[in-house]
Amino acid sequence: MELILSWSDEFFWGTKVLLQTAFGALILGMFWAILGAVGMLSNNRVLRFICSGYSTVIRSIPELIVLLLIYYGGTMVISAFLSLWTEEGGYIEVGPMKAGIFALSLVFGAYASQVIRAAILAIPFGQLEAAKAVGMSRFQCFRRITIPQMWRYALPGLGNNWISLVKDTALVSIIGLEDIMRVADVATAVDHKPFIFYTTALGIYMILNYGNTRILDLLEYRANRGFNGA
Amino acid sequence: MFDFTLMLESIPELLKGALLTLEVLAICLVLGSMLAVPLAIMRVQKNAFISTPVRWYIYFFRSTPLLAQLFFVYYGFSQFEAVRESWVWVFLKDPYFCALMTLTLHTSAYTANILRGGIETIPRGEVEAARAIGMSRWRLYRRIILPCAARMVVPPYCNEVIGMMKGTALVSTVTLMDLTGVAGVLTAETFASIEFYVMVAAIYYVFGSIITSSFHQLEKYATRHQRPMTA
Repeated sequence: MELILSWSDEFFWGTKVLLQTAFGALILGMFWAILGAVGMLSNNRVLRFICSGYSTVIRSIPELIVLLLIYYGGTMVISAFLSLWTEEGGYIEVGPMKAGIFALSLVFGAYASQVIRAAILAIPFGQLEAAKAVGMSRFQCFRRITIPQMWRYALPGLGNNWISLVKDTALVSIIGLEDIMRVADVATAVDHKPFIFYTTALGIYMILNYGNTRILDLLEYRANRGFNGA
Repeated sequence: MFDFTLMLESIPELLKGALLTLEVLAICLVLGSMLAVPLAIMRVQKNAFISTPVRWYIYFFRSTPLLAQLFFVYYGFSQFEAVRESWVWVFLKDPYFCALMTLTLHTSAYTANILRGGIETIPRGEVEAARAIGMSRWRLYRRIILPCAARMVVPPYCNEVIGMMKGTALVSTVTLMDLTGVAGVLTAETFASIEFYVMVAAIYYVFGSIITSSFHQLEKYATRHQRPMTA
């Protein structure tokens, strides 16, 4: 126990890195998800193809590969892009945090876009017709009718995606981010007690998962407040 | 910036890695589903002494990352002198065994949870009817509950199989030369990286498509009694 306490600072910072990555990926990922869902439902065939292709492809390749592709590929693509503008050719290295957030957001977006697509489809069509009939523009319609109601249908699915996302952040230790997996690794190298440190890491994930489940239950209850029984 | 000959030359090496990926996937799916059946049955029992341990087992595997589980098994047990000196160490120092064990237990928990869902959707009347004509518990499970549950779980189990296929990429972190591991070695040898990872992603995508379409066929077959009759 004392051993764990002596590393408690590091585990605390590791958890902070984990949450930073997860929340960063959540915010950026929601952006991809909404774009993807709207694209999948659009009338434009090319847009539909691109958006459903993104979702299908990302969902069937391992998160680790997406991460490594972004981490190695990101530097290369951005550097190549810069060399179009500057004569000497720029070299910009994408840091592990940025690469991690970007890669995990792509994964989250791929799954969440399916959830949001289904949630949008669950809204009765008559409501959209009514909104159009009172003269709302397409954007107004989306913001005032679709988004608020979609939330209720999408929340359980998005909650599952979020829980997976938190677990996926363990992968960023592979590209060198100091999350709790990395802390467990470093602590083991110093104190030679792998069993204790990896158990601690597993425990932190279990606590986070428990907290997430509770928060999601509350959110779902709130989102359904017009529909809950008395 | 993109070296296509390098990509083509890497194919034989990558396919060797892909073979290990498929091997690990097949073994852990077979063993995992064999474990999952008794676990799911225990999970739906009314007796709390039987169902609670399984509930915790499932909760543990579902709430922690596979990577953390893998490192725990591979590195964790080396802490104890007693383990290092006993016969178990022969297995626990072997990354191949550790990976297989972790993946098997991991998928058994997920599959048991899926199967539990399938069992719970079976109409109560069917179970009561089977009891009424005097089926023993064993027969009830073998003839009514498990076959019906198996039909229900085809689509979610497809997701689990794809999830495990993606999960096998993690075995490269404990030095196994699977598809991802081979790409890592090739990267270290040639300093090219995304060429290999694009190829690897493509191979995983092909595997994923094959899995999805075969499960689609299986689902059609499993629900053939529910299809409307055609003239």
